[in-house]
Amino acid sequence: MATKTLEQVEGHFEMFQILNEEGEIVNQDALPDLSDEKLQELMKRMVYTRIWDQRAISLNRQGRLGFYAPVAGQEASMLGSQFALEKEDFILPGYRDVPQIVWHGLPLYQAFLYSRGHFHGGQFPEDVHALMPQIIIGAQIVQTAGVALGLKRKGKDNVAITYTGDGGASQGDFYEGMNFAGAYNAPAIFVVQNNQFAISVPVEEQSAAKTIAQKAVAAGIQGVQVDGMDVLAVYAATQEARDNALDGNGPTLIETMCYRYGPHTMAGDDPTRYRTSDLDDEWEKKDPLVRFRKYLESKDLWSEEQENEVVEQAKEDVKAAIKQADDTPKQKVSDLIEIMHEKLPVNLQQQLEEYREKESK
Amino acid sequence: MAQMTMIQAITDAMRTELKNDENVLVFGEDVGQNGGVFRATDGLQKEFGEERVFDTPLAESGISGLAIGLGLTGFRPVMEIQFFGFVFETMDGIAGQMARMRYRSGGHYHSPITVRSPFGGGVKTPELHADNLEGLMAQAPGLKVVIPSTPYDAKGLLLSAIRDNDPVIFLEHMKLYRSFREEVPEEEYTIEIGKADVKREGNDLTIVTYGAMVHTSLRAADELAEEGVEAEVIDLRTVSPLDMDTVIESVKKTNRALVVQEAQKQAGIGANVVAEINDYAILHLEAPVLRVTAPDTVYPFAAAEDVWLPNEKDVVERAKTVLNF
Repeated sequence: MATKTLEQVEGHFEMFQILNEEGEIVNQDALPDLSDEKLQELMKRMVYTRIWDQRAISLNRQGRLGFYAPVAGQEASMLGSQFALEKEDFILPGYRDVPQIVWHGLPLYQAFLYSRGHFHGGQFPEDVHALMPQIIIGAQIVQTAGVALGLKRKGKDNVAITYTGDGGASQGDFYEGMNFAGAYNAPAIFVVQNNQFAISVPVEEQSAAKTIAQKAVAAGIQGVQVDGMDVLAVYAATQEARDNALDGNGPTLIETMCYRYGPHTMAGDDPTRYRTSDLDDEWEKKDPLVRFRKYLESKDLWSEEQENEVVEQAKEDVKAAIKQADDTPKQKVSDLIEIMHEKLPVNLQQQLEEYREKESK
Repeated sequence: MAQMTMIQAITDAMRTELKNDENVLVFGEDVGQNGGVFRATDGLQKEFGEERVFDTPLAESGISGLAIGLGLTGFRPVMEIQFFGFVFETMDGIAGQMARMRYRSGGHYHSPITVRSPFGGGVKTPELHADNLEGLMAQAPGLKVVIPSTPYDAKGLLLSAIRDNDPVIFLEHMKLYRSFREEVPEEEYTIEIGKADVKREGNDLTIVTYGAMVHTSLRAADELAEEGVEAEVIDLRTVSPLDMDTVIESVKKTNRALVVQEAQKQAGIGANVVAEINDYAILHLEAPVLRVTAPDTVYPFAAAEDVWLPNEKDVVERAKTVLNF
């Protein structure tokens, strides 16, 4: 009996795909209604982000950036989902999800300041509805339930969306967050970017579950597994989850099957210790940029010239952003004290005076 | 004015703020229709509706995540942790997240959250209900920790806590919930967070304390008075930040001090008070500052509370050591 139940459950979570590796439409019915300009914009963003990732890795090696979690390979998963959002939808990113908040409006130089460890990196502009990247894996999930309930109670037509990785789906907060959002029928979208590894631990060692999407069943919410290297499938799944949530049908868990080409972070991780080159080759064939480029070229919507323009623009923007980050005033202890509370408690008032005195010398 | 128990004063404060501010939300396990396991939220859901006062699934980390998210969307959450021994489930939500929200966003976001939770011994609760864990909270930058000992203080401090735009941990001692009544004004009033209160004046010894130990210390002071010693009893009311001005002023007058807490010696906030007195009043001291605390064991099995919890005899004895040093 129990074995049958498991097979039946797993049968409901087959991978959703629109574009195959050759850039061919394999699921015409699900094709999202995107204008030519929007399709081109999606491609621009993916190319731009790939270049920015390459530059960020290089800047990190030069010591001009700090903490950095590479994103190459996950462009479709990150940008396809963000592209389905409205400006006032609220993003609760994980530590790798900087591209989503930058495309949601965070200036690049502030993302670089976040990487370096400067408080101005977290001072988001008023119209950027997002939190700073979350370092505690799972914390963003429970907070998303709260933001989603808040948006619903304020009568907004907006959703809260959050991201974690395959390892993150083992945390207690992952289950609590989905379960709370389900219980309150809150407009939330939970994206698990399954890039197959949590640092060195393969996803098979996280759980006996065949998919992460099926974990939605534990919360009684919708769940879908998507080809995370297929930007159109990710976009379509997110858009549907968003519509569903705003129609009052509750939250959705989206598992995107993807891969990071680089290391886990730039803090000394060496993926050759735990990944084979065969596996790398296999996933490079699935590159989201390659297949979307083929698709757009077949529709005469993309050229090498257009691509080069984006590459040059990205390089220039990164250069300007790093310069702006360099020009940001250094942090003082008094700055850090002042952002602790609205009204400083007496111990901090005293320490503020002491540090102001030191800083004036 | 009305005669109220501490729990009635707490309910009254929540009712007041639910009325004053439509963004105030009260939620937790069984706080809705049931009115809370101690009746702290009794009648509030009926009066303000299920959108304002509501139950949550049974998951403390989820509750604090909910509070943080609601705080980000303009609400003013008053969340309850059924017993403070369960705080370990949500240490990240409290100390790792809401305490740091303003700082990590450079002031862009904040967490106007009040965490209410019962704690404290003497009522023979089962495991991990009564533990004194305020010391853990007091070590987290970004939090304020309030512990009232009277109905009057509870109402004024809870109103301040809810109105504070940064997270406040509001710990309610179970033994004090219904142990006595006191005149509490029906109108609203606030008591500043971070301000101690001299509950008894004296010239011979300063007793610095909080929570249920305020009453233990007052009883001990009565006993000492029979022997001609006048102890000054200071109720800290807020254990982080500490109101050291009030304490130091008293120590300068009495030249002797004793710190009394219900928590184990290695826990609580007593050591902080001693260190501060040493920093700012050492030249006024006639004797070292001693502490009355519980022993450094796990919180006792219920039937052992009587021999484990500090009592007035311990306070009198320790006070005499300081006085006769």
